[in-house]
Amino acid sequence: MTAAAPRVTYLNHEHTVASWLLTKDHKRIGIMYLLVVTFAFFLGGIFASMIRLELATPAGDLVSADTYNKMFTMHGVAMVFFVLIPAVPAILGNFILPLQLGAKDVAFPKLNLLSWYVFVIGFLFTVYAMVSGGVDTGWTFYTPYSSRASNTNVVATGLGVFITGFSSILTGLNFMVTIHRMRAPGLTWFRLPLFVWALYSTSLVQILGTPVIAITTLALAVERFLHFGIFDPVLGGDPVLFQHMFWFYSHPAVYIMILPPMGAISEVIAAFSRKSIFGYSFVAFSSLAIAIFGFLVWAHHLFVAGISVYSALVFSFLTYAVAIPSAVKTFNWAATMYRGAIWLKAPMIWAIAFLGLFLVGGLTGLFTAALGVDVHIHDTYFVVAHFHFIMVGGAIMGYFAGLHYWWPKITGKMYSDIWAKVAAIIVFVGFNLTFGPQFILGYLGMPRRYHVYPPEFQVLNVLSSAGASILAVGYILIAIYLVASIFWGEEAGDNPWHATGLEWTTQSPPLPHNFAAQPIVTEDAYEYSKREIKVV
Amino acid sequence: MFSGLSLFPQQASTLAADVDALYLFILAVTAFFGILTTVVVIYFAAKYRTEDPLKVGARIHGSIPLELAWSVIPFLITIVIFVWSAHVFFDLYRPPDQTLEIYATGKRWMWKFQHLDGQNEINELHVPAGRAVKVTFTSEDVLHSLFFPAFRTKADAIPGRYSTVWFTPTIIGEHHIFCAEYCGTNHSGMIGKVVVMEPTAYEAWLTGTVAGGSLAQRGERLFSDLACNTCHLSDGRGRGPSLANKFGASERLTGGATVAIDEAYVRESILRPQAKLVDGYQPLMPTFQGLVSEENVMALVEYVKSLRANTAVSRAEAPEEHASPTAPQENR
Repeated sequence: MTAAAPRVTYLNHEHTVASWLLTKDHKRIGIMYLLVVTFAFFLGGIFASMIRLELATPAGDLVSADTYNKMFTMHGVAMVFFVLIPAVPAILGNFILPLQLGAKDVAFPKLNLLSWYVFVIGFLFTVYAMVSGGVDTGWTFYTPYSSRASNTNVVATGLGVFITGFSSILTGLNFMVTIHRMRAPGLTWFRLPLFVWALYSTSLVQILGTPVIAITTLALAVERFLHFGIFDPVLGGDPVLFQHMFWFYSHPAVYIMILPPMGAISEVIAAFSRKSIFGYSFVAFSSLAIAIFGFLVWAHHLFVAGISVYSALVFSFLTYAVAIPSAVKTFNWAATMYRGAIWLKAPMIWAIAFLGLFLVGGLTGLFTAALGVDVHIHDTYFVVAHFHFIMVGGAIMGYFAGLHYWWPKITGKMYSDIWAKVAAIIVFVGFNLTFGPQFILGYLGMPRRYHVYPPEFQVLNVLSSAGASILAVGYILIAIYLVASIFWGEEAGDNPWHATGLEWTTQSPPLPHNFAAQPIVTEDAYEYSKREIKVV
Repeated sequence: MFSGLSLFPQQASTLAADVDALYLFILAVTAFFGILTTVVVIYFAAKYRTEDPLKVGARIHGSIPLELAWSVIPFLITIVIFVWSAHVFFDLYRPPDQTLEIYATGKRWMWKFQHLDGQNEINELHVPAGRAVKVTFTSEDVLHSLFFPAFRTKADAIPGRYSTVWFTPTIIGEHHIFCAEYCGTNHSGMIGKVVVMEPTAYEAWLTGTVAGGSLAQRGERLFSDLACNTCHLSDGRGRGPSLANKFGASERLTGGATVAIDEAYVRESILRPQAKLVDGYQPLMPTFQGLVSEENVMALVEYVKSLRANTAVSRAEAPEEHASPTAPQENR
C-alpha cells in the first residue's frame, strides 16, 4: 500500500531548522523531547556503567571516592528528572494524546513549545553543573550535607531541577485542559483510551506536587547562600524537615513516572489481545486513586529517620492502601488476555516483559512498606533493586512498549519485529541479572552509595555488573534497529496493528493537523469484538 | 562471616529471627502471587496466541465479583503483614527497662563509642553476649545511620537529636557496623565492627582498658571546668536549678508546659538553654553550642543522670514513662 505520490505529513511539510525550533505542532515537540530525553538516557547510562564497573571489585580501584559519589548522584539526577519524568508524558503523551482525542493539537500549543524550552534550559543548567565539577549529594540532596558540607555544584543542579519542574507543571496543565476541552464529538470520559486517563492522573500530580520540589530546592539555595536556618540544626533548622518536603514531591513523582507507562501498557495489551480491557472503569479509577493516595505516603521514606512510631504506623498503612490499585491494574491486564486473540508482535513482548518486572517491583514494595523489615533493608541495595524494578523494569519497559507500539504512527516506518523481540528478551534477562542479586545484597546488609564494600559481597556484585553489560547491549540494539527503520524500514500503513483508537484512523505519519476531517466517536474504547475488520 | 559468598545474613541478636520470620513470610506471599500471575500471563499468551491479525478476542468487559475479590483479598493480606510488621517495629524501637547503655557519636567518617565506665572506642564496639544493649547517639555534622545488619536494626544519626537502637547480641564474634546514610567522600569507609564477647571476657576487657575514670566522672570534671557548678548549686539556691535527683522526673517550664527530663532535654539545655526554661529561673545561662563536643555533652548528660538518688539504676534504663515507647525522635 505504498503511496505513489509523496504525501504531506507533519514531517515533510516544512524542512527548515526554524520550522522545528519554532513549531507549535505537538508531534514535532514530542520528537524534540525524544531527542533530549534519549540524550539524557545515554548520559545517565554512561554514569550507571561507571558505577557498575567500579563495583565489580570490592576495592575502590577505578575512580576515586569523590568521583564515584558524583557518578551515582548524576546518574540519579539525569535519569529521574530528565528521563523518567518526561519520557512517557512529554514524548508519547505529546505525540499521541491529541491524536487519541481526535484534536488538532493540545489546548495551548505555544505553551507546549515553551515547556520544551524550559525543559532544555533546566537540562542545560544541570549539564553545566555536571561538566563544571559535578555534584555529590545523591539525587535526594539530603540536608545538612547538601546545605553545609558538600562543596560541589549543589545550587546549579538544584536550579536545573527547579527550572525543569516548571516544564512539568506546564505540560500537566496543558494536558489537563486538553483532555477537558478538546475531546472529539462523542468521545465521552468513559470512552477515553486508558492512556488518556493515565495522563490525566499524572497531570494532576504534576500540577499539585511539582511546586513543592521548587520550594524545597529554593529553600536549600537560601540556606546555602544566606545561611538562613531552615534545615541545618546548627542554624536552628531541622534536617528531617527537608526529607518531608523532598518526599512530598518525590514520592508522588514516582507515580508521575509509572502512571503514563501503565497507560501505554493498557493500550498495548488491549490492542494485541484484540479485546476490551478487562474492568475498564477499575483500571481508569485506579490511576486516579494512585494519583491521590500517592500524596499520602511520603513519610515511608523516613521510617528510620526519627519520625514518631505512630506516624510511621499511619504511613505504613497508607502505603499498603496505595499498593491495592496497582495490584488491581495488574490483575486486570492479565484478565484482559483471557480468551483474547493474542498477537505476539514486538510491543506485546515488551508489555509482557513489563508485567514480569513490574510485578517484582510492586511486590518487593510490600517488604519496604513493612515497618519491621524496612528498619533492616532501608538504605540498602534491597531498596536500590526495588525502585529500579519499578522505574526501569516498570517505567522504562512501559515506555519502550509504548514507543514500539506507536513508532509506526510516529515515523510511518516499521522496524524489524524480530530484532525488537530479541532486544526485549535481552533487556529482560540483563535487567533481572543486574538487579536480582541486589535484593540478596541488600538483605545481607550492603548499604547503598558505597564506593568500596566488604569482600563477601563481591560475587553478587559481579553478577550485577555482568547483567548491566547485557542490559547495555539491549538498549544499544534498540537504538540501532529503530534508527535503521527510519531509513530502510517498510512503510507501516495507517494501522499496522489493526488497533482501535483515533490515532490509528489517520495516516502514518499523521497530517500536519492530524485529521483530514473531524473524527466522530460512536463507540467505547477497545471495541474489537464489535468492530468490522477491514483488510487494508 | 567476613569471607566467602553469603546469601543470608547471620542472626546474631534476639530480634533478628523475628525480622527474618516476617521477611520470609512476605517472601512466601509475594512469591506465590508473583509466580501465579506470571504463570497465568504466560499461559494466556500461549493458549490464546494467534497469527491471524484479523481475529478478535471474546466479548468480555469485566466482572465486578472478580474486581472485588482481587481488591479485597490482597488488602486483607496486606493488613496481616502490616499488623505483624508493626509489632516487630515496636520491638525493634522499644528497648527493655534494663539495658547496658552506650553513647555514640557519628562524625565524618567514624563512629565513636563511649562506655559508661569511661572507655572510648572508634569504629569498634565491645559488648557482652546475652545482655540488652542500648546505644544512644547523635551526629556531629551531617546525617549518618548506625546500622547493625547482623542485629537487623538501624537508625539515622541526626545532628541536633538523640536516636537510639537496642539489641541483645546472641552470637559471640565480630559483626559489621555500617553507616547507611550517605555522608560524603568516605561514606563507605565509615564502617566498623561490633565485638560480641562472653560476659566474663567482656568484664576482663572493661577492666583492662580503663581510661581516666567513668563517663559520669568525666562529666563531673567538665561540670566544674565549665563552671556549671557555680549556678547549678545542689541545694537549689543557685541562679540555675539544682540538678540533683532531676533526671527521669519532669519539670515545669516558663509558660506552664512540662517537660520530661531525658537525655535529649539535658542536651538541649546545654546547647540552647533558652529553648525550654525551667519555671522561676531567669534566662541567664549562655549557650555552650560550639564549646562542648557531642562526646562531652554525653559525659555531662551521664553526670546529670548519676545525680539521681537511686544510683543503683544509674547503669540501667530509667523508668518507664520516659523510656517508652522510644522512637529515635521521641527524645527531643
